[in-house]
Amino acid sequence: MKIIACVKQVPDSEAKVSASGGQISWGESPLVINPFDEYAVEGALLQKEAHGGTVTALCLGPESGKEALKHALAMGADEAILISDSALERLDTQSAARILAAAITRIGGVDMVMFGRQTLDDGSGLTAAQTARVLGWPMLGFVGHIELEGTGLQVTRVIEEGRQNVRAPLPAVLSIVQSIGEPRYPSFIGIRKAAKATIPMWSLADLGASAPVAIVSRTGLITPPTREIKCEVIGGDSPAAIAKTLVDKILAEKVL
Amino acid sequence: MKTLVYIDHFKTVVQPASWEALGVAKTLGTAAAIVFGTGLDEICKTAFEMGADEVLLAEDAGLVDYRAEAFASTLVSICASQSPDLILLPTTTRTREFAAMAAIDLSTGVLVDLTSLTAEGGQLKATRPIYEGKLEEQVVCSGKPVIATLRGRAFPRPARDPDRAGTPSRLPAKAESPTSVVGYEVAEQALNVSDASVVVSGGRGASNNPALTPPSGLDERGSEIWRAQQGFKLIGDLAAVLGGAVGASRAAVDGGYIPYSHQVGQTGRVIAPDLYIACGISGAIQHIVGIRSAKLVVAINKDAEAPIFRVARYGVIGDLFEVVPALSEAFKKKLGK
Repeated sequence: MKIIACVKQVPDSEAKVSASGGQISWGESPLVINPFDEYAVEGALLQKEAHGGTVTALCLGPESGKEALKHALAMGADEAILISDSALERLDTQSAARILAAAITRIGGVDMVMFGRQTLDDGSGLTAAQTARVLGWPMLGFVGHIELEGTGLQVTRVIEEGRQNVRAPLPAVLSIVQSIGEPRYPSFIGIRKAAKATIPMWSLADLGASAPVAIVSRTGLITPPTREIKCEVIGGDSPAAIAKTLVDKILAEKVL
Repeated sequence: MKTLVYIDHFKTVVQPASWEALGVAKTLGTAAAIVFGTGLDEICKTAFEMGADEVLLAEDAGLVDYRAEAFASTLVSICASQSPDLILLPTTTRTREFAAMAAIDLSTGVLVDLTSLTAEGGQLKATRPIYEGKLEEQVVCSGKPVIATLRGRAFPRPARDPDRAGTPSRLPAKAESPTSVVGYEVAEQALNVSDASVVVSGGRGASNNPALTPPSGLDERGSEIWRAQQGFKLIGDLAAVLGGAVGASRAAVDGGYIPYSHQVGQTGRVIAPDLYIACGISGAIQHIVGIRSAKLVVAINKDAEAPIFRVARYGVIGDLFEVVPALSEAFKKKLGK
């Protein structure tokens, strides 16, 4: 089983993100592996443990993306590849998908590609499905459980309405969600191994790809106004008295 | 501008944000509703009443269950015959996926999870939240058709006109897909937190009732989850009285108190209910960002210093195990239930 886990480096979820002059900043907050991608790495490692094979962590991004790859290596991935090129400054999702698909094709012999459901930064949640479409492989989104059967797989998709069980042939692209299980912490040995690993860096030329043209582009950034409102604390002699006052106040707002 | 509006439904129950998308399309020009599946008569009737100029049906047994490839290919094929300027879809797990795939076939882009969409001089300008809603970006798409998914409750719902009617046209489906649906497990909750006009949410405080004694034989974690379930039962009762959905903070979801489909805050789940009641939620930054678009926020927490009170219009400093059931009773009385 040859599995690829796609990862990205993003500002930590606790970061206070702001925009000024068209630039996004997140202060002193650290960059971390996209939390949703940790589920993809976990899902890949679980499959490797159950059926043998290798896990390759793949990142498309600036050189700082190596840190996300090292996290995946420390969790237990066998190897890591960074796709980085100065021509990749402003990527939209369809360009990213075409480049990832070219890298997956170059790696060769891949059975499964796993993504997180979306990233914490841009958060469009489109890249997995677009990569699947470029490769011409089945797309299985929001997967919380994976069983191999014969030459294919059966997965449980966790969707708005509940759970859907779906069968598909391999190779396939999956996006993995929380139900797969909590991502393991990097082991001490894993962290040492990751620190020593050399991570190959592929350029567009290595992939035989030309500089992509973005179809979707950003024209501006807005910092939404912070919601500062005065909270009226409701008191009373008993929970029932408090509840009565609060219900009257809520109904007077006429939002219901 | 000619717009195709995808009416998203699960087993013929329509995702309400589909009608909001139809309303947006009408403000931009003509709107053709497109519907996939079988047994669609009621949806067609409603689509006309909601203002659709045309209703296009891809009626095919292969489109009853969602499969990404079949839905993407059918959308691409409809596009070829209709040549729209714009395709609008409500943002759901399905639409994000098959719109993304159709965009690859059509060499265009997807503007995803929009909170505003306007046309200026023929150019569509859109706004969408990024970084978990901490920022918004303005985006444009140079491809044609522009594909856009709209966030639920971010746009007004059109008024229904029972006198409008029409006859739907049928279009061929392209239902081939390498995947097959084996079956479903029961839904976790009928009403999605993104669609609900009222959301009552619980946090870590839901497990914090020392007066309760868990059944014997449970370990520490099991006892904590059991306690939390008692808290969420009260929260669920209040949500039911108000016809709302049950939400949860990340802490409650991570604690295993409730499935993560209930989570508010964190990517993709920024919600805009008319009333949001936070019970035992301290108010981490992601959570506060996630409820920014709520019209009225009410917080119940034991800790007077909890950050949630900074974004709440009304607060109760008290124990949710006492206040929430009292609120359910008081609402029942006032609303005559």
